[in-house]
Amino acid sequence: MDKNKINMAYSKFVENRLPKTKFFPSLLWAFLVGGLICCIGQGISDALVAIFPSLSKDNVQAYTLIILIFLASFLTGLGVYDRIGAFAGAGSIVPITGFSNSIASPAVEFKNEGLIFGLCVKMFSVAGPVIVTGIVSSMLVGLIYYIVGLL
Amino acid sequence: MIKKIGDNTIRFTLPPKIISGYAIVGPKEGQSPLAKYFDYILKNDAFNEKTYEKAERKMLEQAISGAIDKANLLATDIDILLSGDLLNQIISASFSARQIQTSFIGMFGACSTMTESLAVGACLIDGECANRVACATCSHFSTAERQFRFPLELGCQRPPTAQWTVTGAGCSIVSREGTGHNITHVTFGKVIDFGINDMNNMGAAMAPAAADTLKNLFKDTNTSPGDYDLIITGDLGKLGSEIMVDLMENYGYKMGENYADCGQMIFSNTQKSFMGGSGCGCSASVMNSYVLSKLDSGEYKKVILMSTGALVSTTSTQQGETIPGIAHAVIVEKGNK
Amino acid sequence: MDMLLQYLIVFVVGGTICLLAQILIIRTRMTSARILVLFELIGVFLQAVMLFEPIKQFAKAGITVPIIGFGASLARGAMEAVKEVGILGIFTGGLTATAAGIAAAVGFGYVFALIFRARSKKS
Repeated sequence: MDKNKINMAYSKFVENRLPKTKFFPSLLWAFLVGGLICCIGQGISDALVAIFPSLSKDNVQAYTLIILIFLASFLTGLGVYDRIGAFAGAGSIVPITGFSNSIASPAVEFKNEGLIFGLCVKMFSVAGPVIVTGIVSSMLVGLIYYIVGLL
Repeated sequence: MIKKIGDNTIRFTLPPKIISGYAIVGPKEGQSPLAKYFDYILKNDAFNEKTYEKAERKMLEQAISGAIDKANLLATDIDILLSGDLLNQIISASFSARQIQTSFIGMFGACSTMTESLAVGACLIDGECANRVACATCSHFSTAERQFRFPLELGCQRPPTAQWTVTGAGCSIVSREGTGHNITHVTFGKVIDFGINDMNNMGAAMAPAAADTLKNLFKDTNTSPGDYDLIITGDLGKLGSEIMVDLMENYGYKMGENYADCGQMIFSNTQKSFMGGSGCGCSASVMNSYVLSKLDSGEYKKVILMSTGALVSTTSTQQGETIPGIAHAVIVEKGNK
Repeated sequence: MDMLLQYLIVFVVGGTICLLAQILIIRTRMTSARILVLFELIGVFLQAVMLFEPIKQFAKAGITVPIIGFGASLARGAMEAVKEVGILGIFTGGLTATAAGIAAAVGFGYVFALIFRARSKKS
C-alpha cells in the first residue's frame, strides 16, 4: 500500500483542521513589547550620556546592553520573563534581553543536576547556536574583508 | 484455551476486578471541573521536594499506597506492581518501586501507560499468575517540559495546538477476588504512524492509533459505540478527538455523545491549556477518580477506557523522525460494589 | 520635541523588527533559538554591506537593542580588527567586540541561577 500517499493525505487533513492563531493580537503584542524594550534601551543610553558625559559612544552602547542583560537575567530568575514571553512572543525574544533569557533560563532550570554538568553544560542549550553562528559568521566576514583588502 | 477473540482482543472468562483507585493531582488540575472527584490535590506542585522529579515520584508513591489503603490491603498483599511514566528510563516508576517492595514490572507506553498496565495486569490475573496487582502511572508538567521542550523560564509562546502535561498520578488495584468493577475485555493496540512530525501536535499524531484500536475493539467484540455508556480516550485533546471521530466515521462507526476525552475534561476552558491536558497522569487521574466513581454510582454500566500515547523522543524528532502513536483499550463493566 | 520623535522612531523600528519575527514564528513555527540565529545573521549581513551604520544613525536603540545589533557588533569587530592587525583580527575581532554582552549574559545568568530555582508555569 502506498504509505506516503496516506501520510500526505492525513497531513493535509490535519492541516485543514489546525486552529488559527489569533494573528492580530499576537502581532500587536510583539510590536508593543519589542518597541517598549528598545525604548527602555534608548532611555538607559540617554541617561548614561547625561550622567557620564565622558563615556565614548561605543562604551555607552556596551553599558546599555549590559544593563538590559542584567535586568533580563534577574526577571528570568524571578520567573517573570517567561510570563512576558507568553504573550509578547517575538517581542521579548528578538531584543538582546531574549538572548539573556535564553542563557539564564536553562541555567536556572538545570542547576539541580549539579553546577558543572547541570548549570554550566546546559547554559548554552538554547543560546549556544547564537554564539556559534555569531563567531563563525564574524570570522567569515573578517576573512572576506581581509581578502578584499588584499586586492 | 485461547482467550483471544478476533485479531487483537482478549476476553476474560473470570473477569479481573478493579477493587480500588486513587488519584492525586497538582494545583492547576485541582481547579478543574473534576476537582471534587480527586482523592488528593497538591497545594504546590513541588510537593515540598527539592526537584520536580522527586515531586513526581512522591505523587506516584502516594497514589500507590493510597489505592492499597482504599482496598483495605497492605503493600505485602500486592503481588506485582506494574508502573511506568514519561521520564527517561521510567525513573519515577522504578524509584517508587524501590520504596514499595513488591515484584515490579516497568511499563512504557508513553501516555498510554495507564490502560497498558491495566490490560497487562488483568492478563496476569486471568492467567492465574497473580492475585492482586497495582497498576500505576504519573506525569508532572515541569519534568515533562524540561525533558521534551524548553526550560520553564524561557520566554516562548506555546503554539495553539499544544497540550498541557498534567501534573498527577493514579493507581488502580486489580484483583481476582473482592468486589469491584469487572475488566471483561482488553484490546492491545498497534503502533500507527501517519507521518505527523510536529511535537506540538500530539493529538493528531495519536488519533490514527486511537481510531485503529477502537475499530479493532468494536470488530472483535461485535459491538458498536452505542453499546457503551462512556468511551473515554486518554489525552487526544480537542483537535485529536475531532480527528479521531472523523477517522471512526470513515471506518463506519459513528461516535455519539458518550464519547469523551480525559485531556479535554481535566482543564476548564479558562485555564489556557489550549487543546487540553496530556501525559500519563491525565488518563490515570481521570479514570481512577471520575470514571470509577461514576461506575460506583451506577451512572455508567459499561465503559471503554483507552489511553493514548505518542511514542516520541527528542532524539528521534531532532533526527527528523515522525511521531508514532499507540492506544490500548480496556472494557470495564460495573460490578457490585 | 526632537527627543519625543527620536523615541517614537526607536519604538516603531524596534517594534517592527519584532513584528516581522512574530510573523515568521506563526507562519513557520520556528523556535526561539532559530529566530535569534536568523536575526543575528541579518545583523552580520547588514554590517558586512555597510548598511548598519546609517540605520543606526536613524533608529538608535531601535536597531542596536534587537539581536541584530549583536550580530552587527560581531561583524564590525572582525572588520576593524582585520584592518588593524591583519589575519589575527579574523579570530579576535568578533568576540572582542561582543565580549561585554556575552560575559554579562553568562555571568549574570550564572549568579541568578545560583540564587533562584525554576518555578512552574501557571498558564
